[in-house]
Formats: sequence, C-alpha cells, structure tokens
Amino acid sequence: MSVVLGLFNYWIVIALMMTGFYLVIATSNLIKKIIGLNIFQTSVFILYISIAKVKGGAAPILEEGTELYANPLPHVLILTAIVVGIATTALGLALIVRIKEAYGSIEEDDIREKGGTT
Amino acid sequence: MMEVVLANLPALQVLLPLLTAPICFLVRKNGIAWLLAFVATLGSFVVAINLFEQVSNEGVLSYTMGGWEPPWGIEYRIDELSAFVLMLVSGIATVTLAFARKSIAKEIAPQSFALFYTALLLCLAGLLGITITGDAFNLFVFLEISSLSSYILISFGKDNRALTASFQYLIMGTIGATMLLIGIGFLYMMTGTLNMADLAARLPEVMDTNTVRAAFAFIIVGLSIKLALFPLHIWLPNAYGYAPSTVTVFLAATSTKVALYALLRFIFTIFGVEFAFGEMPLQFILIFLSVLAVFSGSLTAIFQTNIKHVLAYSSIAQIGYMMIGVALISVAGLSAGILHMFNHAIMKGCLFMALGCVYYRHGSARIEDFKGLGKTMPLTMAAFVVGGLGLIGMPLTAGFISKWYLVMAALEHGLAGAVIIFSVLAGSLLAVAYIWRVVEAAYFQAPGNDEKVEAPMALLIPTWALALATIYFGIDTQLSVGAATQAAESLMGGTP
Repeated sequence: MSVVLGLFNYWIVIALMMTGFYLVIATSNLIKKIIGLNIFQTSVFILYISIAKVKGGAAPILEEGTELYANPLPHVLILTAIVVGIATTALGLALIVRIKEAYGSIEEDDIREKGGTT
Repeated sequence: MMEVVLANLPALQVLLPLLTAPICFLVRKNGIAWLLAFVATLGSFVVAINLFEQVSNEGVLSYTMGGWEPPWGIEYRIDELSAFVLMLVSGIATVTLAFARKSIAKEIAPQSFALFYTALLLCLAGLLGITITGDAFNLFVFLEISSLSSYILISFGKDNRALTASFQYLIMGTIGATMLLIGIGFLYMMTGTLNMADLAARLPEVMDTNTVRAAFAFIIVGLSIKLALFPLHIWLPNAYGYAPSTVTVFLAATSTKVALYALLRFIFTIFGVEFAFGEMPLQFILIFLSVLAVFSGSLTAIFQTNIKHVLAYSSIAQIGYMMIGVALISVAGLSAGILHMFNHAIMKGCLFMALGCVYYRHGSARIEDFKGLGKTMPLTMAAFVVGGLGLIGMPLTAGFISKWYLVMAALEHGLAGAVIIFSVLAGSLLAVAYIWRVVEAAYFQAPGNDEKVEAPMALLIPTWALALATIYFGIDTQLSVGAATQAAESLMGGTP
C-alpha cells in the first residue's frame, strides 16, 4: 500500500511525464506538441517540489520555537525552471505563428506536403 | 581599478556578452549594435586568453559569485579544460562577428540586425556560462539560455524551412534539457548539493542506488541530444542547413563542442570514470554509436545536394570521432577527443564561412552553384579546399593531427582499437568523396558566367583567418596538443 500511497507524488510525476512525452511524439499538431512539452516540464517541477518536503517540517520562514523546516531550495530552483519553461513556450508559440503564416497550417503532415521539414 | 577587473575576470567572461545583449536590443542602430557586439565578444576573448594563461600558470581558479562560499553559493570554476573551451568559444565568436556584418546583410531583413546581435550575444553568454560554471543547476540555466537564443538565431533563416527546423530543434532541445534537469534533480535528491566538486565528493557514498543510475542515464541522454550524437542527431542537418550562414558557422563551431564539454564534465568530474565506465556499460554504447555516427554521417553527406547539408552531416561524423576518443578512457584517447573538438571547430568554421561567401554571391549553396567557382571565386574556394583537406585529415592540416592522435590512442586497445582505426580511415575516405564533389564542380566545370566576382574582403578575411589557423594548428601543435593533454590529464585525475 505504501508503494502506491506513500509515493503518490512520484506516480503522478511519472504519469504526467509519460503523458507529455507521448503527446510530443504522437501528435502532429504543433500547438499540441507545445502543450505536451509543457506537461512534460511540469512533471519535473512537481518532482522537485516533492523532494523539498520534509516530514513534519514547517514552511521555511525563520520563527521562534520551530526546529524543522522544509527545504526551500528546490522551490527557488523550480522558479527558475518555470521561467525557462515559459520562455520556451512563448518562443515555440511565436514560431508556430510564423510557421502558420508561411505554410498556412499547423499540422505536420500539411507542412511536410508544402515542403517544410518536421 | 585594474585590480578589481583582474579579480573579477571569471564574472566578466560571462557578463560582458550577457549585459551587452540588452544594450544592443535597446540601441536598435545596426552599426552601433554590431560594434557593441564585436567589442563585447573581443573583450570576452581577451578575458578568456587571460584566464587560460592564469590557469596554465597557477592551476584551477575558483571564483565565488557574489561572495557566497561554495557549496552554498554559485562557484565559477576554471580548470585546464574549461579555460581551453572558453578560449575556443570566445575566439570563434569574435571571428564570427567580424564575418557577420557583411554576411547577414544579404540574409536578414535590416530591421532585425540589432535583434540578431542580441540573440547571438545571449547565445555566446550561455555557452561561456556552461563552460565556466561549477554548479550543476547553473549549467542547466545557461544551457537553456544558449538553446533558446540558438532557436531564435536559426529561425532568422531566409528559407521558410528555417522555421520548421528551428521548431524541431526547440522540441528536441527542450526534451534534452529537461532530461538534464531530471538527472540533476535526482542527484540533488541523493546528495543535497548542486556544486560539482561537492557532488563528486558526496556521490561515492550513494553510488550504488538506482536513483543515481537513473540520474546518470537521464543526464547522458539529455546531453547527447544537445551534442547530436547518433541517433539523436536528426535536428542538426536542417538546423544548420537553413539557418543564416553566420549562425551555421557559430553553432557548428561552438554549440556541439560546449555540449561535449558538459558531457565530459558530468562523466569525468561528477560521476567519475569508475562509475561511468566500470559500473555502467557506457564505453560499449559510446563506441558503438560513434562508429555508426562516422559511417552514417559520412555516407549521408555524400548524397546531399545542398553543401550546407553535406557539411552538417559531416559534423555528425566528426562528433563521432570526438566521442570515440572520449570512450577510449585513456589520457591519450581523451586528449585526442578534446583536440579534435578544437581542430574541428576551426575547420568547420572555415568551411561554413567559405559557404557563407558563396551564399553571399549566389544566394544559395547548392552543388550547381559551385560550378567554376575555382575561377570566379579563387580565394573562397582555396579556403574551402584548406578546410576540406582538414576534414579529410591531410598532413599539415589540423585535422591530421587529431586523427593521428586518435589512431595512436586506439592502437592500445586491441580488437576494439582495430575497429576504431578502420572506421577513422574509412570515414576519411568518405570525406574525400564528399569534399571532392565540391572541388570537382569548382575546378573542373565551366562557370555559368565568366565574370570574376570574388566575395568582399570583409568576408574573406575572417574565412582566411580560420583557414590559416587550420594550417597553423597542423604544423605548430604546441598550444593545442599541450592544452588538450593537460585537460585530459586533469579530467582523468592524473592516472594514465
């Protein structure tokens, strides 16, 4: 039981990661690919946040009488990774806009027919 | 004043291009933006030379960012390998920027020039950051800075296919970088630290866990995507093929090299040789894939009609040589790999610049554009031939030196060594085939029109600078071989 419930976060991480990864590979719609990439990245965010949890630890704010704190560092790291993720998404979407202007489609098969390389 | 600058050289190395980038974006004047970018890159080249001298005289340099002591703060750590790579990357960037001004005039809309230089500087800052940092997470951030800006740079290409190539690279590159992030997360989970030296000290205790093995696998695969190791290379030919010439020069000569550097850092410094090659079957996998890379890259190159694609596929084969050197796990092999990384950057830079010259006059770089170029663009074609001879591995060029060292290193390895030597020789013969096609078209076919239209001096000078460097490093190998051997020795920890 503890394998399922005790590691619940990590199962979610694996499920999300595989969902995102599958979406990136399987779909031919460019926007859906970007969404898949987002889900893939988000799973890693959850992985990091889960690491930070310390059993019985309080929020990492310095306080009288509190001995045990959760680890704040992974949150900070993930803040950076989220920024990177947003930048990637924005750039990906901007590219899709220009691909749509150039080829009139955001479906890989159509783009390939019109001479694009995907 | 001078002392402050000298004490903060490692920070300046990254900050110069990083801070000049937004200034370029703000001024928006093409001439000034170029000048700023050029001065910043030249500045970081000077800094890199300085650091290289310091490291070879005084040994490893450690710089604490903002005064926070490692392992808590971010440490910049410059050893023999990183100093060598810093010098290579910033040197190539300087030559590329000299080339850029004239070259992009024909390939990019004038209103985007400032944006182009901004992206190029950011990419350089990212690459230098990866090389200089001693912090695993910081490496990921710099990797993403350089990757994101290289997607932008590729999408500047005139051809619409540049957009789809850039998108494909974005998808694969992000998956690669995210895998690196997962791997670093696992390492942090097990050790509670992100500093590379600290990781190396704490990992042996927890080495025998599946988490560390998974971290290793994620990091190797993630970086192999950025490195374009066969079969994870499919983004590379189109990205190089459709990007503006300047971008192809820059990416081909620096970005895969820096990814290789990051891989070496993780394998040798953090995980250690014993874990990477003893407990994990990495040696067999790397040699197997690298030999395949040499053959598939070279064979595919022969059948391309766009010469940019020819050289891109040839890059995949050359990356194979570098990885073979690394996978031999000896000082000799590793220094051959690092040496080839250096020499290949110069040769490929020269070749892609020659293509840039052809593109400048003909608007494309297909094989039929090369007809009679030996007569109409003699200087460009001569530089191309020098670079081509380097790729083949002719004596008196840089390519010969690194292949010679690679073969020497492989001789110590019995049957596997024989396979490696065979693939190096076969790869060189295949290189003769794809370079010869261009030479044949240029020197033995009549030109379309007899007008003598040599590329402008502004393009020829950087091209010839790299062509002469190809010859120079084929004759005087003191700098390159010396630095590569020192770097390999420090990576292997002094053991032969």
